[in-house]
Amino acid sequence: MTDTTALAAMFQQRIDAEEKIEPRDWMPDAYRKTLVRQISQHAHSEIVGQLPEGNWITRAPTLRRKAILLAKVQDEGGHGLYLYSAAETLGVSREELIDQLHSGKAKYSSIFNYPTLTWADIGAIGWLVDAAAILNQIPLCRCSYGPYARAMVRICKEESFHMRQGYELLLTLCRGSEQQRGMAQDAVNRWWWPALMMFGPSDTDSTHSVQSMQWKIKRFSNDDLRQKFVDQSVPQADHLGITLPDPDLKWNAARGHYDFGEIDWEEFFRVIAGNGPCNHERLSARIKAHEDGAWVREAALAYADKQRQRAQKAAA
Amino acid sequence: MSSDLFQYIIRLGDNALINGQRLAEWCGRGPFLEEDLALANTALDLIGRARMLLSYAGEVEGQGRSEDDLAYFRNEREFRNFLIMELPVGDFAFTTARQFFVDAYDYYYYRALQDATDTTLAAIAAKTLKECEYHLRHSSEWMVRLGDGTAQSQARLTRAVAELMPFTPEFFAADEIDQVMQEQGIGVDLDTVATLWNNEVDRVLREAALARPPLSFTRGGGRQGLHSEHMGFLLAEMQSLQRTYPGLQW
Repeated sequence: MTDTTALAAMFQQRIDAEEKIEPRDWMPDAYRKTLVRQISQHAHSEIVGQLPEGNWITRAPTLRRKAILLAKVQDEGGHGLYLYSAAETLGVSREELIDQLHSGKAKYSSIFNYPTLTWADIGAIGWLVDAAAILNQIPLCRCSYGPYARAMVRICKEESFHMRQGYELLLTLCRGSEQQRGMAQDAVNRWWWPALMMFGPSDTDSTHSVQSMQWKIKRFSNDDLRQKFVDQSVPQADHLGITLPDPDLKWNAARGHYDFGEIDWEEFFRVIAGNGPCNHERLSARIKAHEDGAWVREAALAYADKQRQRAQKAAA
Repeated sequence: MSSDLFQYIIRLGDNALINGQRLAEWCGRGPFLEEDLALANTALDLIGRARMLLSYAGEVEGQGRSEDDLAYFRNEREFRNFLIMELPVGDFAFTTARQFFVDAYDYYYYRALQDATDTTLAAIAAKTLKECEYHLRHSSEWMVRLGDGTAQSQARLTRAVAELMPFTPEFFAADEIDQVMQEQGIGVDLDTVATLWNNEVDRVLREAALARPPLSFTRGGGRQGLHSEHMGFLLAEMQSLQRTYPGLQW
C-alpha cells in the first residue's frame, strides 16, 4: 500500500529544493488539477487572444506592420500549441480542454473580451497587455512543473518581442499627427484598466494563491506584480507623451512606488462572469472555427486510417 | 523597357500581395491549431514576397514610389493580379484547391525565374523557390487528404476544383510584356511552365482520386486590371487606414 502522506511530504521536499516535477513523477491530485486548470486557461487565452489582434491584420496600414502583426498572432497560436502540449502531459487531451473552453467551463484571460476599435489598439495591446503577460509569466519559467516551465521559457522570449513592437507602434503614432496621437491616447484610455485587471483579484480575494505559492506554481502575489507593472509603465507612458487615465496615480516617495486608483472590481467580476463587451463574440468565433473545421479533421483522420489499412494490406 | 519591367514585376508582386491578403483572413480561424499556424505561415511568406517585389518595382519605376505607395495608393484598375487570387476564401477545400493551383504555378515559375538576367529578380526567385517548394508540398498533401478522405471532403474539394479550374488558363496567357521580358532573358517561358503545371495537377488529382473537370469556360482579365467584383472590397478593407489618413507614418 502506498503511503500518500509520505509521498506528499517527499513531493513538497522536492519542490522546496527547487527540483522540477516531471510528468511521470508522483504528484498530489490537487497539484495536477491546479496545473491543468492554469495551463489550459493559459492556452485558451493564447487562442482567444488571436482574435482581437487578428481583427486588424487585413487592415494594417503598411505591409511591414501587416507582416509583424501576422507573425505576432501566429506566435500566439504557437504558444497555445506548446501549452496544450504541456497540459497533455498531465493526462488530459486537447479535445477535452477545447470542449471545456467552448462549454464555458474553462476560463481564459478576460482582457481578450475587450474590442480592438482602432489601429492604436494593436500598439496598446503590445505595450500594456503583453507587458502584463510577461510580468505574470516570467516567474512561471521557474514553475515547479517542468513541461510548463520549459514552455514558458520559449513563450517569454517571444512575448518580449511582442511588447517592443507594440511600444514602437505607439511611439510612431505619438510622434505622428494630432489624429494619430489622439488615437494612441484613446487606446491607452481603454486598455489601461483592463491591463491592470490582468493580475487578478487583489491578494485578499485571491482564491488559489496560497497553495499555488507553496507548490511554486506561483511565486509573486497578484498585488506585487500589479505594482511592478504600474511602476514600469509610468516612465514608459511619459516617454510616449501619453497620460495614463488614473487621477490618483502619483509617486509615493515613502513607499518608493507609484500609488494608483482602485480598480473597478465590479467590472472585473462582470467580465469574468461572461458579460464583457466581447465575451459572446470571442467564444462564438472559436466555436464556429472548430465546427467549420470538423469535416477537415474528420477527412484527415479518415485518410490516415485508409493509409494505415493500405500499408497493412501491402505488408500481409 | 523599364516600364515593361515595372509592369512585369508589379504583376508578380500583386499576385503575392492579394493571395497573402486573402490567406491571412484564416488567421485564428483554421480547422485546427497546427493548420491555423501553417496558413498564417504561408500568408507571411506571400506578404514578404510582395514586399520584395513591390519595393523593387518602385525602384525600377524610378518615381520614388515605395512598396506601401504601390500597395495602398493604387486603385482597383491598376492592380495586375490574376483573378484567382482575389476570390473570397470560401471553405477550407476552396482555399486548399486555390493554394494548390497557385503553389504549383509559383513553384515552376520561380524555378525558371532564377535564371533571369535581372539579378535582383533572380535573387528574389531563389529565395521564393524554397518557400514555394514547402507550400506546394503542403497544399498537395491536403488535396490528397481531402480528395481521399470522407465523402464530404471529396464533395467539397470536387466543387472547389470545378469552380477554380476556369481561372487557371489566365496563368499561361502570355501577352506582349511577357514576350518582351522573355526576349530580354528576364521573363520565363510560360508554355514550359504550363506543361509542368498540367502534369503536376494531373498527378495530384489522380492521387486525390479526383477527375479533372473539363473547361467549359475561362475567366481572366486581372492583367488588364479587369477584376472580379470582389476586388474592390478587398482593397477597401486593405487600404482603409492609409486612405483615411494619407501621408502619415505608421
